[in-house]
Amino acid sequence: MPLPVVDYLKLPEDGDPYLEGHKCSSCNSIFIGERSVCSSCSSRDTMETITLGNKGKLYSYSIVFRSFPGIDVPYISAIVDLDDGGTLKGNLIDCDPDPEKIKFDMPVEVVFDDALGRKDAEGNSYISYFFKPVN
Amino acid sequence: MSDVYILGVDMIKFGRFPDRTVPSLGAEAALLALDDAGLTIQDMEALYCGNLGQSSGMVGQRILQEIGQTGMPVVNCANACATGATAFREAWTSIKAGLYDVVLAVGVEQMGKGLLGGTGAGKGIPKEGLLGSGTMPAVFAEAGMEHARKYGTTFEQFAKISVKNHHHSTMNPKAMYQIETPLEDVMNAEMISYPNSKLMCSVNVDGSAAAVLVSEKKAKELGMERVVKVKASILSSDPYQERDLVMPDVNTCTRKAAKEAYEMAGVGPEDIDLVELHDCFATAEMLHYENLGLCKDGDAGRMIDEGEVALGGRVPVNVSGGLLSKGHPLGATGIANIYEVSTHLRGEAGERQVEGAKLGLTHVIGLGSACGIHILEKVN
Repeated sequence: MPLPVVDYLKLPEDGDPYLEGHKCSSCNSIFIGERSVCSSCSSRDTMETITLGNKGKLYSYSIVFRSFPGIDVPYISAIVDLDDGGTLKGNLIDCDPDPEKIKFDMPVEVVFDDALGRKDAEGNSYISYFFKPVN
Repeated sequence: MSDVYILGVDMIKFGRFPDRTVPSLGAEAALLALDDAGLTIQDMEALYCGNLGQSSGMVGQRILQEIGQTGMPVVNCANACATGATAFREAWTSIKAGLYDVVLAVGVEQMGKGLLGGTGAGKGIPKEGLLGSGTMPAVFAEAGMEHARKYGTTFEQFAKISVKNHHHSTMNPKAMYQIETPLEDVMNAEMISYPNSKLMCSVNVDGSAAAVLVSEKKAKELGMERVVKVKASILSSDPYQERDLVMPDVNTCTRKAAKEAYEMAGVGPEDIDLVELHDCFATAEMLHYENLGLCKDGDAGRMIDEGEVALGGRVPVNVSGGLLSKGHPLGATGIANIYEVSTHLRGEAGERQVEGAKLGLTHVIGLGSACGIHILEKVN
């Protein structure tokens, strides 16, 4: 059984993978990752677990040509605002790493797939999330 | 509360000194600043030392073990790339509080080569190149592309910033490099993280800088001829922003600190004669023209196009060569830019002198985030 690449990626046994967020019921700020206090309004015990949407728009990006040894380049590091709230960072796939082809606000969807073949020390494989252009 | 003055300030020539130690580099700058002030370590009442790489290594005390163990209190601080400015500000605060009349601030760093940052492995598998990039060139590229999405800023405009700062550094003997880099060289250099090419990334170097700060009483006693007045010292952290978790925000904390600094100094951005700001990447410098109020929002590209931020322009920025060419030894940077502005206010900057400079501003960002701003004023 592959493992989720981050804690906020959920792999239900009887359903599709999804990303989990946390929303402050006092100020509506959305966070990635569990927390008990809101860093926007400082309210305590107002955090509610939500399911993040899987549609969004490209907010900003960089095309990475040099990374650490063993990391395949080039790739697009993308920041995506989800339509239903929340912002994520991840790789934008199925898109040429060419500034002419990458448009701000282009619609993308969140897709789930094997984590580029990366395995941990125990040989476990992982599921990650990626952004893919929607035509 | 007493006004605070810089009595002595200096930096070593930035470079790569793998055979030196962090304390020895810090000690060298400390002695230079003491000589500039005409004082000795025996005259100092406290030491505020900034260093990041050995932040648990008691660097301040080890500097004193090289140049004089007087028993004075030592505070070691780390605040990412705002480390040096934080040490300087702690020194300033101690005089403001009335605790001391003469204190020393030192910033020092010994760097390796190569990429900084990256998305930490944490548990499981490495996330770099899987969940985007956490390398510094990419993070600041994404911040620059946010400016591009708002205002149509181009790769060429970002590249021009690097051309300008490298040109300035040809006049600074203490810069790591003194090499002209024409626009085509910058744009054709190896692309690291679009739109930051290799020549648009700051240089990892070793370096140190130091300043002797004094109260008004002490300045009058020792002589006001070359002192520089600290008109404002501000530190901020990053206020909440909706994209914080994936996109470190260097804008909001700079705008907050700038507003407070101008208020404290009783001046506006239009009064500033020169600026040393945190050009860790060419994309970053573009953002700070607007963040510091040097132009209105959306006008930064025009400022670089029309040469307003070059030496001889309306408000020269990074005449030292900046982090892009002078180099960026993380813990030293915040005091090195105070040295640069002070040197202009003293009229001692030689070929790169900003003529008639009376008021200057220094700015650093520690990603994570911290922003330090100082406004300095010519006295004589």
